[in-house]
Amino acid sequence: MSETASGSAEIDEQTRRDFLIWSTVAVGAVGTALAVWPFIDQMNPAADTLALASTEVDISQIEVGQSITVIWRGKPVFIRHRTPEEIKEAEAVDLADLPDPQTDDARVQKPEWLIMVGVCTHLGCIPLGQKSGDPKGDFGGWFCPCHGSHYDTSGRIRKGPAPNNLPVPGYEFTSDSTVLIG
Amino acid sequence: MSGGTSNFQSNSRVVNWIEHRLPVFSFLDSQLHQYPTPKNLNYFWNFGSLAGIVLVIMIVSGITLAMSYTPHTDLAFDSVERIMRDVNSGWLIRYIHMNGASIFFIVVYIHIFRGLYYGSYKAPREILWMIGIFILLAMMATAFMGYVLPWGQMSFWGATVITNLFSAIPLVGDWIVQLLWGGFVVGNPTLNRFFSLHYLLPFVIVGLVFLHLWALHMHHSNNPTGVEIKDEKKDTIPFHPYYTIKDMYGLGLMLIFFAFFIFFAPNYFGHPDNYIMADPLVTPPHIVPEWYFLPFYAILRAFTSDYWVYQIVSLGGWLMSAKLAGVIAMFASILVLLLLPWLDRSRVRSAKYRPLYRFFFWVFAIDCVILGWVGGLPPEGVLVTIGQWSTFWYFFHIIIIVPVVGILERPKPLPDSIAASVTSAPQAAE
Ligand code: HEM
Ligand code: FES
Repeated sequence: MSETASGSAEIDEQTRRDFLIWSTVAVGAVGTALAVWPFIDQMNPAADTLALASTEVDISQIEVGQSITVIWRGKPVFIRHRTPEEIKEAEAVDLADLPDPQTDDARVQKPEWLIMVGVCTHLGCIPLGQKSGDPKGDFGGWFCPCHGSHYDTSGRIRKGPAPNNLPVPGYEFTSDSTVLIG
Repeated sequence: MSGGTSNFQSNSRVVNWIEHRLPVFSFLDSQLHQYPTPKNLNYFWNFGSLAGIVLVIMIVSGITLAMSYTPHTDLAFDSVERIMRDVNSGWLIRYIHMNGASIFFIVVYIHIFRGLYYGSYKAPREILWMIGIFILLAMMATAFMGYVLPWGQMSFWGATVITNLFSAIPLVGDWIVQLLWGGFVVGNPTLNRFFSLHYLLPFVIVGLVFLHLWALHMHHSNNPTGVEIKDEKKDTIPFHPYYTIKDMYGLGLMLIFFAFFIFFAPNYFGHPDNYIMADPLVTPPHIVPEWYFLPFYAILRAFTSDYWVYQIVSLGGWLMSAKLAGVIAMFASILVLLLLPWLDRSRVRSAKYRPLYRFFFWVFAIDCVILGWVGGLPPEGVLVTIGQWSTFWYFFHIIIIVPVVGILERPKPLPDSIAASVTSAPQAAE
């Protein structure tokens, strides 16, 4: 049986067989990949997990200089009513001093409200600094105890292993006293 | 499996009937009974069979725990507490499983260092060695996911920190992390899949162990002299009863050691924070992985942006972040062991005949202990420097010292055969 196929005279026959083999392999590979995908994709966030994606918060009770932590998509979100000094400090920083340069202006919609995801951009611990007794790090903002990252009053990384600033989620002030996160 | 001959014979008609259809009896006879084993093995050769027994203990205790365990974030912690208080013998089974993981790693680490000392990874045992490394990786994944199941504070934050490592991968990192979590944080979907995989992986390990033994039985055990078997009659003894009895004796000692921890210090290897239920809003002040991960954790943390090794490998910070470099180094520290059979240029196996290699072997062993010690402490002050130099030495040893020593060293003369090595003392008296 293989004699015809490998016979050197029948070049025509050989290329046709090669074509059949490779097209079978290609179709099989694509088919397998398509069949495997659902088994990987089932690990991605499910529809109900995605549906919990926004949170409304009442901010009318937060005094100047106070912070609260709310949960959005299972993550803590820091909402801080900043003092004028903190705002001034955050705005005065020279961008050249920042590992992840960003102006304070780009991180807030209203300067007195700093809203950001309270998850350290290094390996996901929750930085301290929300309560009045907490350590706030060398830059008066937040301090991550896990591997020592220091964030400033705008939540920007200043020192330590974390590569990025604390991320700002999408949010919207739905009234003077409420904000919708997500 | 080859390598053993069997002249198995039986008078039982039942046995012969089965044997004719599925030759299990001659197989077991050749692999476990007649199987020729070097006659000079020392107690370090006990640790392979010990590891196999601990694997069985883990599977039995794990399956029985799973009968009372609930993989849900609201219920997992309480279900483990219920196992501890209400389920009959639950406390015992859980303490066996908890401490069994530590015993497993102790036994396997000794087993690996045995291989490093006696050159067991060299030809023709390269694949045997590589399968062993894959077993180590699978064990690590299993133990990591198992530690998440009781859903204590260390479970949660350990899982958070370790899964976040993958975010260091450029472009697809965040996507991968979300895929691992099944959400936006470590949560119920994560716990569920970890339980599923924690149940599966030990059986994958069983499969790998089978391949490991298959490769072993092709060329038989190495031995303290590192000299191959030359004459089966003179150099070897049958596995049963000589090594079955020796392995049983070693097993007895190990079980005493194991039982000491189960009954008198069950939480010695653990961390008290894991008896606090996971709280996604409060990070414990000091997160440490289980002791068997500490050397690798130290390597991960050594990579800060001012570490000179990082500056070199990242071409001054241009190629990758320190975080990514740390993650790569951590995985590389295990994967580089796969190359060891080719990095070691010396044809002499046993460190017994390699004075220079033996010296560096011990330096390396101490280096690994230092890494483990640093990995358990907060990265502050001089500890950072110690961790960084030990990390450097770890790789320097494997990649530079091992090949160079292999070329430069003049080994001591080897015995002619295994038999000659064990009879050399009486010979002198003759
Ligand atoms: C390679 C073998 C295995 C290793 C190294 C291993 C390791 C671990 C570890 C370190 C824990 C955490 C113990 C604690 O701190 O409470 C754990 C928990 C658990 N494991 Fe395993 N395991 C293995 C096999 C299995 C198997 C085969 C099962 C079967 C389902 C299983 C089921 C469980 C369950 C239900 C828990 C949660 C209960 C608890 O935390 O005590 N394990 N495992
Ligand atoms: S997780 Fe915050 S510094 Fe590492």
